[in-house]
Amino acid sequence: MVLTRSQEQLADLAGGEHQRRFSLSSIPPSSRYYWIRVLLENPAALASLIFLSTVIILAVFAPLVTSYAPTFVNPVSRLQGPSADYWFGTDTLGRDVFSRSVYGARISLLVGGAVMFGAGFLGSAFGLVAGYYDRADTPMMRVMDGFEAFPGILLAIAIMASLGAATRNVIVALIIVFTPNVARLMRGTTLVTKRQLYIESARAIGMRDHAILRKYVFMNSLSPLIVQCTFVVAFAILAEASLSFLGAGVPAGTATWGNMVSEGQTYLQRAWWMVLFPGLLLFMTVMAINLIGDGLRDALDPRSRDR
Amino acid sequence: MTAYILRRIALMAPVLIIVAVIIFSLIHITPGDPAAVMAGEEATQQQVEEMRERLGLNEPIYIQFIEWTANALRLDFGESIFLRQSVSSAMVERVQPTLLLTIYSLTLAMLIAIPSGVIAAVRRNSIVDRILMVFAIGGAAVPNFFFGIVLILLFAVILGWLPAGGYVDIDDDPVQHFRRMILPSVTLGFAAAGLLARMVRSTMLDVLNEDYVRTAYAKGLRQNRVVLLHALRNAMIPAMTVLGISLAGLLGGSVVIETVFSLPGMGRLVVQSIQRRDYPVIQGVVLVTAVIQLVVMLLIDVLYVYVDPRVRYGSD
Repeated sequence: MVLTRSQEQLADLAGGEHQRRFSLSSIPPSSRYYWIRVLLENPAALASLIFLSTVIILAVFAPLVTSYAPTFVNPVSRLQGPSADYWFGTDTLGRDVFSRSVYGARISLLVGGAVMFGAGFLGSAFGLVAGYYDRADTPMMRVMDGFEAFPGILLAIAIMASLGAATRNVIVALIIVFTPNVARLMRGTTLVTKRQLYIESARAIGMRDHAILRKYVFMNSLSPLIVQCTFVVAFAILAEASLSFLGAGVPAGTATWGNMVSEGQTYLQRAWWMVLFPGLLLFMTVMAINLIGDGLRDALDPRSRDR
Repeated sequence: MTAYILRRIALMAPVLIIVAVIIFSLIHITPGDPAAVMAGEEATQQQVEEMRERLGLNEPIYIQFIEWTANALRLDFGESIFLRQSVSSAMVERVQPTLLLTIYSLTLAMLIAIPSGVIAAVRRNSIVDRILMVFAIGGAAVPNFFFGIVLILLFAVILGWLPAGGYVDIDDDPVQHFRRMILPSVTLGFAAAGLLARMVRSTMLDVLNEDYVRTAYAKGLRQNRVVLLHALRNAMIPAMTVLGISLAGLLGGSVVIETVFSLPGMGRLVVQSIQRRDYPVIQGVVLVTAVIQLVVMLLIDVLYVYVDPRVRYGSD
């Protein structure tokens, strides 16, 4: 103890080394990383980040953190309530609900992440082109209007009915549903950015359109895009669960939160845990992502901070 | 005004065409032969051919599209493959539960959202404001099928106060009808109420900062009078737009909720048709829902202009 203190004092003499130890409050408002401080000083966002990280870690290391395989059928221990052996109880086939919940997180996170990248990429591309080129604007946005004329879940159901139940198809269907949403946002920011003087100067020095779009217009829309993408993840996870619940998502039998709630509804009177645990996990995960999105919006957009 | 409405309707036409193209394409994005898929796995070659003939899949694709669209304009969506009746009559039979569920939950959402939004705005950062915020955030995150099942667990299984599902026609037995519709309407209404209340709150906050509100206070009016007569009327105009969005959410949500509570509505019809591969039914219901949503959006835009002259004069 004494030794450490003297070392610290030595370091102090050598130029205030201990001040370099990382702390959030040492990030000044002028720093480009200031948003991290704003985000982490928001208690709801911080708690959500911790919760979401836990879910991600559980999902990644699913085989290590579960004692039973999600498909392991054990007729002897059917419909058992939560216990030390089975934290979340067992289902009608004696499968471990905790294990299935953890493996269900994998599907949810996979779908959420894939839809975010897919819709984020396609939506950005469409939005940038529609916003930048006047001639492309009206036709492209009318097509987007067409896709947005449906309630999202209904369009997803219709696409799934054609493609057939499979995780990959859920991702495709949800990318189609969420792309117009991102495109609309990107078009809006592009319309504003392209009137800026620096875009005109870039054009004047002979920069190509795709370079301007990539380097300036896209980068300038990055903050709202990131915020929007967090909400896309949340909605995609909800939508996947709803589709699976309705039997139009991931094939029945696969451990997903939606499938588990659907299977559990029939046994509601005898085994509430079959519904409650996966449902709560789904609810909390989506809420955590939404709160992170809210926090990111406050952190990345200086105008919304003081409100 | 008339010019505005006409222009707005003209703008809807290309969107409707795209909607038609999307729904028409659904049958053609099926991997493999749609006729074989719909005829079923144990269908003979001849049955598959009959199915192909029945669906008109032998025609060139543009002829198929024109025929399909022309029929759809006459509200003819073809015959259901499974139900042995026309898609339109299948929809008409199932429209009542869906329509009533939407009306009940929208009414409930407004009854919750408007007062709580107003109170939250007037008493900013009060307990009501904070509770509303928690409900709004939670309401946006809770999967409506899970919320519905939790309500069933609580009020039907544990307390035994209300039935867990099923439907009774309102003409047959109004009391049983309402008892069965309480839980589904609450499930859908609460979810919509969160968003709506946040919207009422934020527009109300904007309006309360307006000059005319200050003037109203300055001339000595009581707070209730200022808030209810001067501010609320103006705050409701932007909130109307959200009502349109909420309705879209309700139409989508009813698909899920009808399944949770076994209500024989249009949403459940769609869900049942997925497994049966009954494409004409899916196409019909999805098309009708999209058109309803577009028309509601149009009505709200028109109403917006009607109640807020600023928009009317601003657009010319």
